[in-house]
Amino acid sequence: MKIKQSISGLAAAISFGLCASVQATELEVTHWWTSGGEAAAVSEFAKAFDATGNKWVDGAIAGSGGTARPIIISRILGGDPMGATQLNHGRQAEELIEEGLLTDLTDLADKEGWRDFVNPSSLLDACTLDGRIYCAPVNIHSGQWLWLSHGAFKEAGIDVPQNWAEFVAAAPQLAEAGILPLAMGQQGWQQNLAFGTITVAVAGMEAWTEVSVNKNAEVAAGPVYKEVFEAAAAARELAKGSNVQDWNMATNLVITDKAGGQIMGDWAQGEFQVAGQVAGEDYTCLPGLGVNEILDTGGDAFYFPVVDDEETQKAQMELASLLVSPKVQVDFNLKKGSLPIRGDIDLSTANDCMQKGLKILAAGNVLPSGDMALSPDTQTQIEDLMAEFWSTDMSAADAQASYAAIIEDAE
Amino acid sequence: MILTVLVVFVGGTTWTVVHSFTKSKLLPKLNFVGLDQYERLWGTRRWLVSIENLAMYGALSLIFTLVIGFTLAALLDRKIRGEAVFRTIFLYPFALSFIVTGLAWQWILNPDLGVQQVVRDLGWTTFELNPLNNPETVMYGILVAGLWQGTGLIMVIMLAGLRGIDEDIWKAARVDGIGTTKTYVRIIIPMMRPVFVTALVLIASGIIKLYDLVVALTNGGPGLSSEVPAKYVINYMFRAQNLGQGFAASTMMLVSVAIILIPWAFLEFGGKKRG
Repeated sequence: MKIKQSISGLAAAISFGLCASVQATELEVTHWWTSGGEAAAVSEFAKAFDATGNKWVDGAIAGSGGTARPIIISRILGGDPMGATQLNHGRQAEELIEEGLLTDLTDLADKEGWRDFVNPSSLLDACTLDGRIYCAPVNIHSGQWLWLSHGAFKEAGIDVPQNWAEFVAAAPQLAEAGILPLAMGQQGWQQNLAFGTITVAVAGMEAWTEVSVNKNAEVAAGPVYKEVFEAAAAARELAKGSNVQDWNMATNLVITDKAGGQIMGDWAQGEFQVAGQVAGEDYTCLPGLGVNEILDTGGDAFYFPVVDDEETQKAQMELASLLVSPKVQVDFNLKKGSLPIRGDIDLSTANDCMQKGLKILAAGNVLPSGDMALSPDTQTQIEDLMAEFWSTDMSAADAQASYAAIIEDAE
Repeated sequence: MILTVLVVFVGGTTWTVVHSFTKSKLLPKLNFVGLDQYERLWGTRRWLVSIENLAMYGALSLIFTLVIGFTLAALLDRKIRGEAVFRTIFLYPFALSFIVTGLAWQWILNPDLGVQQVVRDLGWTTFELNPLNNPETVMYGILVAGLWQGTGLIMVIMLAGLRGIDEDIWKAARVDGIGTTKTYVRIIIPMMRPVFVTALVLIASGIIKLYDLVVALTNGGPGLSSEVPAKYVINYMFRAQNLGQGFAASTMMLVSVAIILIPWAFLEFGGKKRG
């Protein structure tokens, strides 16, 4: 009797499970958006996807992309693919595509005309290999921002700087008031990001392109980059005493007026928003350090590993189409503080900082991101160098020589 | 059984070594480039720093673990009251993983939360204990955490060894009027040779695979000052998507282990044959 009951119970459970799977295909989505602002943004995707009758199974991986990427890649390689995954588009997925492990989205992209509305078009180029499209870009992130705390400068009794030179000049007064001039998380990628930002601001677009895209080691060893390394060494002095590790901890120093500023990508904006701060009133943002108003166009994209199950394939396509759709783009990017990938949507509700970014984007002052130009191998080498440079007394000249050597070997 | 050993150990090792001569990126491919990966490896600051750190950590950890472990065991062996309590206290850290150990010590050594702040609150305001944020001292911070975690086990092994010594030896030593310390150094320790060998192997394997403690404590920072070889391997294999470089580094780790192990094995087995 008992056995019979439990068997029928089991059968009911199974048939229920089957029914459920017919109605709603579960799609596991992995990503590394775990800070407060990021989690709020990703839940917009989940909500929109659930509304289509499918089910978003959240596979957030804590830690930065550096932690999450190996996990994601080994799952795809190991034959346990998720339904969809975040990656930074660029050269990270190159080999996975060559091995045929990622789904070709070209048909969907052609049908919906992604080429027509994705702006800047370099985003879609970064998803393209041999003329086929393999990823859906969801946002544009740029690293070249300086975030300044109004409260900190008020306490030191000085005006909020309008560019990098003013900021450096104001630093002694900040230090006198017991405020750390520059907050800096002690992780290689953050130090690398700050360096990259200083590079674009000091060296300008031409020299940057020559080095990062054309891998010209002579320019990297030359006088223009000498100035870059000297400026970075000066920034290193300003960041002395910053003992935090994670980027959002460093941003928090700026939010709580304990630090004057931070060089960080526009994702920092989400943290300001969660803390209830208003752009232009509580904090100021200076794209390109207020010197060269140029942004890179890195960002996040979703890739869809190849799976056998047809239902899942259908859900993957639905998700891909949803990610680039106008309404989801607006909802997501407002929360995330990043710029949308479409040039044709209305973002008048965006705040001060995003408007600045949109203007630069519209003017076409964009660079490809480091992720697109350099292989992960070269990136790691530069990060290692930067980790050493920022935390020791390594001289600017030594650092420049090592940097030029890395660029020379880069592919 | 033999098949498993052959496939997993010999096969896996050979595969890794072979691929270390290729320029495999994200996926292993057989496009040979000779010794390029090794040349690059030995020209990389980070790798050199890693080797230096491991050598320093290894030497100090070996000495201190043995000395502290044996001393504690000898003290417990003096038939003191509450032996079980002390034994439990000293062995407890070993029950924790390196990750937990690392996190706990990260807080203990954090200047704003840990020991430094507590001592300052007690009135000694200039007290400074901030090893983890200083490139010069960070490895010592890691060493302290490693010792805290590992000595308990060595102590217990030593204690077992001490208990295995015949009471008559002690009586004979006493009759001959030999002091306690001298008895330990001259008679007991030589008798415990097998125990020391076991302890040595355990400590050495712990040193070579040092990885998770560093990741939890400092993640290699500040800068590159607490990087270790195992971390280099993982980073280059997975984060930098450069398998060839990672394989080259892990092959070097294997070679260094072999350099230490092979002469030792010869001595051990050679000795047995003679005896």
